[in-house]
Amino acid sequence: MKILRRNFITLRLREALHGYSFIALWIVGFSLFTLFPLIETFRYSLHQVTVTAEGIRLDFVQWANYTRALFTDPNFIELVIGYAIETIVSVPIVLIFSMIIALFLNQNFKLKGLFRTIFFLPVVITSGPVIRELTAQGATSAPGIANIPAVAEFIAQLPRTLRNPVEYLLTSFILILWFSGVQILIYLSSLQKVDKSIYEAAAIDGASAWEAYWKITLPSLSTANLVNAIYTVITLSHFSENKVIQYVYNQTYAVQGGIGYASAMAFLYFAVMILLLGIVYLFLARQAKKERV
Amino acid sequence: MLTLRRLNLDHFKSLLFGSRTRSGLLFTVLLYTLLIAIGFVYLYPLLFMFVTSLKSPSDLLNPMVQWVPTEFYIGNYEKAYRVLNYPVTLTTSILISVVPSLLQTFVASLVGYGLARYRFWGKNLVLLLILATFIIPPQNTVIPQMLAYKEQGLLGSPWALILPALLAQGYRSAIFILIFYQSFLSLPKVLEEAARLDGASDLRIFLTIAVPSAIPAFIVSFIFSVVWYWNETFLTSIFLEGGVTTLPMQLSRFVQAYENLYPPGTVNIFDRLNEAVKMSGTFLNIAPLLVMYFLLQRWFVESVERTGITGE
Repeated sequence: MKILRRNFITLRLREALHGYSFIALWIVGFSLFTLFPLIETFRYSLHQVTVTAEGIRLDFVQWANYTRALFTDPNFIELVIGYAIETIVSVPIVLIFSMIIALFLNQNFKLKGLFRTIFFLPVVITSGPVIRELTAQGATSAPGIANIPAVAEFIAQLPRTLRNPVEYLLTSFILILWFSGVQILIYLSSLQKVDKSIYEAAAIDGASAWEAYWKITLPSLSTANLVNAIYTVITLSHFSENKVIQYVYNQTYAVQGGIGYASAMAFLYFAVMILLLGIVYLFLARQAKKERV
Repeated sequence: MLTLRRLNLDHFKSLLFGSRTRSGLLFTVLLYTLLIAIGFVYLYPLLFMFVTSLKSPSDLLNPMVQWVPTEFYIGNYEKAYRVLNYPVTLTTSILISVVPSLLQTFVASLVGYGLARYRFWGKNLVLLLILATFIIPPQNTVIPQMLAYKEQGLLGSPWALILPALLAQGYRSAIFILIFYQSFLSLPKVLEEAARLDGASDLRIFLTIAVPSAIPAFIVSFIFSVVWYWNETFLTSIFLEGGVTTLPMQLSRFVQAYENLYPPGTVNIFDRLNEAVKMSGTFLNIAPLLVMYFLLQRWFVESVERTGITGE
């Protein structure tokens, strides 16, 4: 009995050791390229960092960098609020749009491959400089809409808090849609997992296609909703043309800002991003959980 | 007579609105209209880019010319080709995206295999941390890395991107690890056990049994990795600054590079920088990706279902 037990333990240990050796590279990489830099960045954020010829000099300033970003800097808070609003506006649009496209592509029709190719194209070509050039030429606004005088008039009438999101929506409409590629795929693969016989049973019981959508299709997409929403928030937040990221990047090299200040802003930005992810999660997780049970 | 007409009407109705078994004409027309409309809006920036890039300077000034240029003008492309220093930056871009992608894909498959196939303490923690690496914004980790590279003299060299990829911390490595995790989870254990009884080592089992079974995951991960590395400009602009230059990096300093080649004071009005040249540069930038996409598009779109990228 005792021997068996010892054997069992060594087997478990052996398995664990082999497992660790497979992920050893990751453990080293995570410590070197994520954990350590993250801690180091946090340390910088509490210091005034000066780059000198023989290295960097740190002067402890407590939370001064944070208070400066929050209370003194006129740009940072405004940019972060703009980012938060844009993200909150974009996520539902991306979700609804990619769901509609996925529902279309889930049908059987001719030229399906062609349309699938079109809707997935932006994933391949979306990069910061390309988007910047296209936006500069006004090629990403919904064609024509923003130039109609009546629409411009309507926007001018709106209160300021509403005007910015609406304007953003009109000028970057296609850009928002361009962020839907991977999400379309995720919806599509969830749709294909739904058992066809459920639809048949519903049709025999007299359910219309409309009812089948609300009662069968939509609930079975709730997990995909959550995954997609989180993915959208993260891609939008990491996109290199994001104004906050650019501001932080420019401050890193600025004489007035410096590495310490940029680090503090990076952490504040991270906190806002987590907050947005939390909101999205609270909003969608309950549905997803209900569905899974 | 009456029944015949009634029958005809019913037939017509079912043709138009469809029946339980097949969709009607009306639905089909609606579907195609919507798809074409959305497809057009979707492709609008690309069409705009392509048409503008073919406009000659006189076409640009002519308000009558919107979508069809009066002549086939490739002068913009010649300029953009020179400004982008195309052969050099293209080679760099290929190198910078393919090498880290190869390493990243292989290392991600190792890590994914270890997580899917072995029981060990702290596995859930590792999975959680892998997700965290996906969420943490790059600017929260990039400065110390840059300073360390600078100290080691690696700043500006391709190693600055290769090293993280080698240690499973490349660009969006987390997604690839999860893809491999998913695809190795569904691999039946019987084969491995048989191989183990025959005395094969763990690494050998991985290389001869697990890897061949996950070929789709390898292909998908590799091409997504190439595309994402190609388009990545935040990390490349920090790590490669002052060293090698990729195509997107050169595009983002297009104006400056143009004015170096064609100083504004000295050239005639037709050689000044205009949006047509900029659009040509942008198009040259995405052209290699477009070629790759149309050659491999089956892999981009179809196998995502097979590899279970959804992570459920």
